[in-house]
Amino acid sequence: MKQQTTATDEFVKGLWKENPVFIQVLGMCPVLAVSNTARNALAMGLATMFVLVMSNTVVSLLRRFIPKQVRIATYILIIATFVTVVEYVIQAISLDLHKALGAFISLIVVNCLILGRAEAFASKNTLGRSILDGLGMGLGFVFALFCLGAVREILGSGSLFGARLFHAGFQNWVVMILPSGGFFTLAGWLLLFNWLKQRRQGEVAG
Amino acid sequence: MTDDSLWTIFLNASLINNFVLAYFLGICPFLGVSAKLETATRMGGAVTFVMLVSSSCAYGIHQFLTAIDAPYLRLISFIAVIASTVQLVEMFIKKVSPGLFRALGIFLPLITTNCAILGLALFQTNKGYNFVQCIVYALGAGVGFTIALVLMAGLREKLELAHVPDVVRGTALALMLAGLLSMAFMGFAGLGG
Repeated sequence: MKQQTTATDEFVKGLWKENPVFIQVLGMCPVLAVSNTARNALAMGLATMFVLVMSNTVVSLLRRFIPKQVRIATYILIIATFVTVVEYVIQAISLDLHKALGAFISLIVVNCLILGRAEAFASKNTLGRSILDGLGMGLGFVFALFCLGAVREILGSGSLFGARLFHAGFQNWVVMILPSGGFFTLAGWLLLFNWLKQRRQGEVAG
Repeated sequence: MTDDSLWTIFLNASLINNFVLAYFLGICPFLGVSAKLETATRMGGAVTFVMLVSSSCAYGIHQFLTAIDAPYLRLISFIAVIASTVQLVEMFIKKVSPGLFRALGIFLPLITTNCAILGLALFQTNKGYNFVQCIVYALGAGVGFTIALVLMAGLREKLELAHVPDVVRGTALALMLAGLLSMAFMGFAGLGG
């Protein structure tokens, strides 16, 4: 029974308490770069999640065979293999999406979140737990990317998933689609999370 | 695209499409190392150097992979080259200047996972630059990265003295700053045509 609860914990922690983007501030590059529409953000999140789960699986399976000195290089090669797979799959499914995401699909390789989980979790834990951890962290990442993408698309283009939300008189906040908008939106979300965390700490203390 | 003049490529990579502020590449070191002006400058130097070496290697690899018709090996071989370049640079700096080696510390090996380097290798391949253009592009990107890092470090040093609410302190504040810097850099968009 105890085993059961901790296994669930591995899954849930990535969603909120240790959310990779809002709490740990990992994997920032894709978060900011492709979150200008909700669709791109979601696609990027799912692609990253797939690579994360697969690399956690393989690293966890091979954890006894990988020599310590070359482990980082091995992890990167494992990750690069799955990223190549994802890149070709996306190209096959939707060429538009592939064009919109561009080089950022390949750049999943250097997403510090994936390497971080491989090193910090998958290399020390059993297969089942590593997969759960990958799923949880991946979902947390998708959630964060979607939060950013939705805010930026709603404010920047007045739409969500390409469907218009406002009356024609709505003036788009062009800055939200531009790079600086990405920084501002993420800063806003981080502020919200900081505030929530502080308030909870205040409640516990007082 | 391929017959851009070298000056245009340089301006484009360093100011107009600054790697950090317009492409969001290399955000991790940008937020992590930009607390002190001195480390920021050195980090910028190291990254520029790795960019130059890995960019020329990536050019060679791309030619080779095109020749043997195996484009799907591109990503894996790029990342392998970058990792070994960083290892080489690390050994070189350790031998030549132990002081600098200690100052850079953990950030040196972390250059491997700096997306700006891999991004550079991928962009130059996508744009079809020739060898000289690649070198200039890498130099521009490195200079741009250093500029962004140094500007940010200068701002953050001043901020240490300012009074800000506890909630805003840390990453959120750094991101706001980065947003403002990024807006300022949009002003360069008209340069160089």
